[in-house]
Amino acid sequence: MTREAPEDEAGARAADAAHERRSYMKGFLVSLVLTLITFGVVAFDIADRITVLVTLGLTALLQIAAQFRWFLHIRLRGQARDDLQLILFTALILGLMGGGTIFILANLDARMH
Amino acid sequence: MSRHPGLNLDASHAPAHDQAVTLVFGFWVFMMSDVIVFGLLFATYVAMSDALAGGPGPHDLFELRTVFIETLLLLISSLTIGMASLSMKHERDDARLFIWLGLTFGLGLAFLSYELHDFASMVEKGGVPSRSGWLSAFWALVPLHALHVSAAMLWLVVIAVQVLIFGQDSEVKLGLLRLTVLWHFLDIVWIGIFTIVYLGELG
Repeated sequence: MTREAPEDEAGARAADAAHERRSYMKGFLVSLVLTLITFGVVAFDIADRITVLVTLGLTALLQIAAQFRWFLHIRLRGQARDDLQLILFTALILGLMGGGTIFILANLDARMH
Repeated sequence: MSRHPGLNLDASHAPAHDQAVTLVFGFWVFMMSDVIVFGLLFATYVAMSDALAGGPGPHDLFELRTVFIETLLLLISSLTIGMASLSMKHERDDARLFIWLGLTFGLGLAFLSYELHDFASMVEKGGVPSRSGWLSAFWALVPLHALHVSAAMLWLVVIAVQVLIFGQDSEVKLGLLRLTVLWHFLDIVWIGIFTIVYLGELG
């Protein structure tokens, strides 16, 4: 590996810093817009309950994805494989246990009435 | 290539850059198990959402305004802790780092103050944990998040003191990398809280 000239190295570092700062700003702005949409839908009461709930679910998932992408630097490609597998496994466990809990308890509740 | 979750240092930060691979991954495993704890408390909350037992409900107890303010405070603090870790990586200037850490701490403190105000107003209106199943589920979930924020703020103070005494050495860098992951993670859990606990009930 050839050693780069010091000026180039400093330049590359500055570009890297600017790029990373932009990444955080992007994540922040996207999260802010999604938050405003989420609260706006509820505060101004502009839709029926089902539409509100669907909007809330979508904006929350998008905001979580945005923060994973731009704040936590999790990528689908170029990520250390263990990190991504751990996230997917956690999502699976959450789906099974969380979804299962809600399903079973709602079912029991319906049978008791 | 990202070697571990959160901000990655570069080769100029050796040996912290190499140690981070195992340490931050290990911390990430802990975060994912914490996600499952929160996820199950969310599931309990959803299952309990109709169990008011004749007690006060969401419309009596929740204030949309303060939840909105809390959300903005925590989101901005997520940005400032990101800036703190970037300052550590690129600027290596203690004064700059202290500014970002101080801002983050202040925002966290403001967030907690608003939350304590919310909790106190709920208790005042009779929304105590023993009143109904729904309230038990609420008090198990939301204050646990507040406890996480408090612990993260304590950790932040410890790191700031370490910077003061040792400077930005490898140990301090590895600590701040992990604290940043925790802080971003707390904001992600909060997305679930304001969506499911507050807006889902008020909407």
